[in-house]
Amino acid sequence: MALLNLEDIKVSYGKNTILEDLNLDIEKGELISLLGPSGCGKTTTLRVIGGFITPDAGQFKFDGKDYTNVDVHKRNFGFVFQSYALFPHLNVADNVAFGLKMRKESPEVIKSRVSEILEIVDLEEYANRYPKELSGGQRQRVALARALIIKPDLLLLDEPLSNLDAKLRVKMRVGIRKLQQEFKITTVYVTHDQEECFSISDKVAVMNKGVIEHLDTPQNIYDNPKTEFVAHFVGYENFLDLTLDRVNGEIQSMKTSNGLSFNVESNRTFDRSLIKGAVRPEDIEILGEDYENAQNVIKGTVGISTFLGKGYQYIVETELGDLVVNDGSNDRYNNGDQVNLFIPKEKIILV
Amino acid sequence: MYKNKLLTTFTLAVYIFLLAPLVIITATAFGTDSYLRFPPKGFSLKWVQNIFEVEMFARTFVISIQIAVIGTLIALLIGIPAAYALSRYSFKGKGFVQGLFLSPVIVPGIVFGFSLLKFLIIRFEMDIIPSLLIGHTIVILPYIIRVISSSLENFDYSIEEAAISLGASGLKTFFIVILPNVTSGVIAAFILAFINSFNNVPISIFLSGPGVSTLPIQMMSYVEYYFDPTISALSVILMIMTAVLMFAIERTLGLSFFTK
Repeated sequence: MALLNLEDIKVSYGKNTILEDLNLDIEKGELISLLGPSGCGKTTTLRVIGGFITPDAGQFKFDGKDYTNVDVHKRNFGFVFQSYALFPHLNVADNVAFGLKMRKESPEVIKSRVSEILEIVDLEEYANRYPKELSGGQRQRVALARALIIKPDLLLLDEPLSNLDAKLRVKMRVGIRKLQQEFKITTVYVTHDQEECFSISDKVAVMNKGVIEHLDTPQNIYDNPKTEFVAHFVGYENFLDLTLDRVNGEIQSMKTSNGLSFNVESNRTFDRSLIKGAVRPEDIEILGEDYENAQNVIKGTVGISTFLGKGYQYIVETELGDLVVNDGSNDRYNNGDQVNLFIPKEKIILV
Repeated sequence: MYKNKLLTTFTLAVYIFLLAPLVIITATAFGTDSYLRFPPKGFSLKWVQNIFEVEMFARTFVISIQIAVIGTLIALLIGIPAAYALSRYSFKGKGFVQGLFLSPVIVPGIVFGFSLLKFLIIRFEMDIIPSLLIGHTIVILPYIIRVISSSLENFDYSIEEAAISLGASGLKTFFIVILPNVTSGVIAAFILAFINSFNNVPISIFLSGPGVSTLPIQMMSYVEYYFDPTISALSVILMIMTAVLMFAIERTLGLSFFTK
C-alpha cells in the first residue's frame, strides 16, 4: 500500500480543466518529481496534496486516511515555495522556529532544534539575519530548514531552485537529495527542468495538460519514453512518421510515407497504423556519399548550423522534413553540403 | 540649456502660485491692525493670543481631534478586513463591493453631507457627535482601503500559505504574519484618514449644530462675523501642525509611500 494516493483527482476553474482524473501513488521514503511545461498541472497537483486546493472530485489518501478535506494547517506537511516565502519581519532563527512555536513546543526544545537544523543547512552564523540580508541560496536553505524542522510527514517542493543561478542550482539539488535521504522523507518535487529532476528523483511523473503521461524511473523515461510528448520533453527532437511493414523477431521493419525503409529494434506494438519514430539529435550519424541507399539512411542538405561547444548542431533538410543532428566529430559541414544521415536501428524509439 | 531655463521658470511660477497665499496668510497673522492687511503694519502676537480667548476654537479643536481619531480607528477596523478580503479573494459581485467602498470619494461631499443630514439627523434624530462620527468614518474609509490594499498587494501570498502550512490557522496568520508586515501601510492610512477627517468641511457643515461643531466649520462661521487676523494666526498653527506631521511621516516611512 502506497503512502499517498491521489484517486481520480479533478480540478477545474470554470470551463478550464486543470487536472483530469489524475491518479498517482507515492511510496514511503520516495522522492517523486512532477515534470512538465508550465500549465501542465504539476503545481496544481502539488497544491492539492498540500491542501491549498480542494479538488472538485476525487480523493486524496495519506497513510490510508482520507485527507481530501483536512485543513492545511493540520496536515503536518512541509512546503517549500518557489519564492521561498520567508517571513520578512522575522530573523532566520524565528523563521525556522515558526512551525515549532505553532506546535507549542517549549522554548528549550525550540532553541535546540533550531540550532540543530541551522547546523545541518550550514547557516548557524546567520541566525540573527533577516531574510532581506541573505543571498538567494541562503534564503532557499532557510526555507528548507523551516519546512524540515516540523519533521513533516511529507515534504512538498515547488520549483525550489528556479530562482538560483545555474551553478548554485546543481549544488543545492545535491544538498536537497542528501537531506531527503538522511531524513527518509517522502518528497514531491515540482520542476520544469528535466536535468534537475532526473538527477535527484527516484521516480518522475511527466505531465501534460493535466494528465500524467509517463510515470517511471528517470532512466526508463530517458531511454524509453512512452509518448511523443514525453519523448519530445526529454530531448528527442526528430520524429519520423512510420508505418509497420513487417516484423522479424525484435526487428520491426518500418516504411516512411515516401517509401524509405527503416529497421527499428523494438518490441513495442501498436494498435494504430501510423507510428512515430523518435530520435535524439546526437544519435544520428553523418556519413559520406558512398552510403547512399543503404539501410536506415536518408540523404539531405545541410542548412543552419550552430556551435554547441563539443561539436556542431546542423539542421538537415531531408525528404521527411528537417532533422536536427548533433555532430560530435571534427568534421565541419557547410550550408548546402549533401550528406547521408544514418539512424542506428537501436536508437529509434517508437511512440 | 534653453529648455532647462524654461522648465525652471515654469516650475518656479507654479511654486509661487502654490505658496504665495500661504506666505501672505502667515504675514497677515502678525500684523497690528484689527483687519486683514497685506503687507502688515508692525508686529504683534495678539491674534495668536486671541485664538485661545475664543472659547469655541478650543472646544471645536478637541471635537475635531476626537472625531478624527475615533473615526479613523473605526474605519481601520472595517477597512483592514475589507481590504484583505478584496485583495485576496475573488467572489461574485467583487467589483460592486469595491465600487461601493470607493463611492464616497466619487459622490460630491455636499450631496453626501446633505443626505446624511436627511437620514441620520432628521429621520433617525441622532445626536450630532455620533452623526459626525458616522459621516467621517464613511468618507475616510476609501483612503484606508486604498492604502492598505496596495500594501497587501505587495505582500507575497505564498508567505501566508507558508505560515498555514507550518500549522498556523488563518486567523492566527493574519495577526502574526500579515499585520506585522503591513504596519507601514496601516500608519500611512491612519495619517491620511486623520488629515482628511480633520479638514473635512462638506460633511461636517450639514451635521454640526448649536455649540457642537468641528474646527473648520467654526473657522468658517468666525470669518462670517469677524475680519480680524485671528483666522490667519489659527491657519498658521494648523499649517505648522501639518508640517510637523508630514515631517514625522517622511522620517518614519518616507513620503514616497504615498506616491507609490
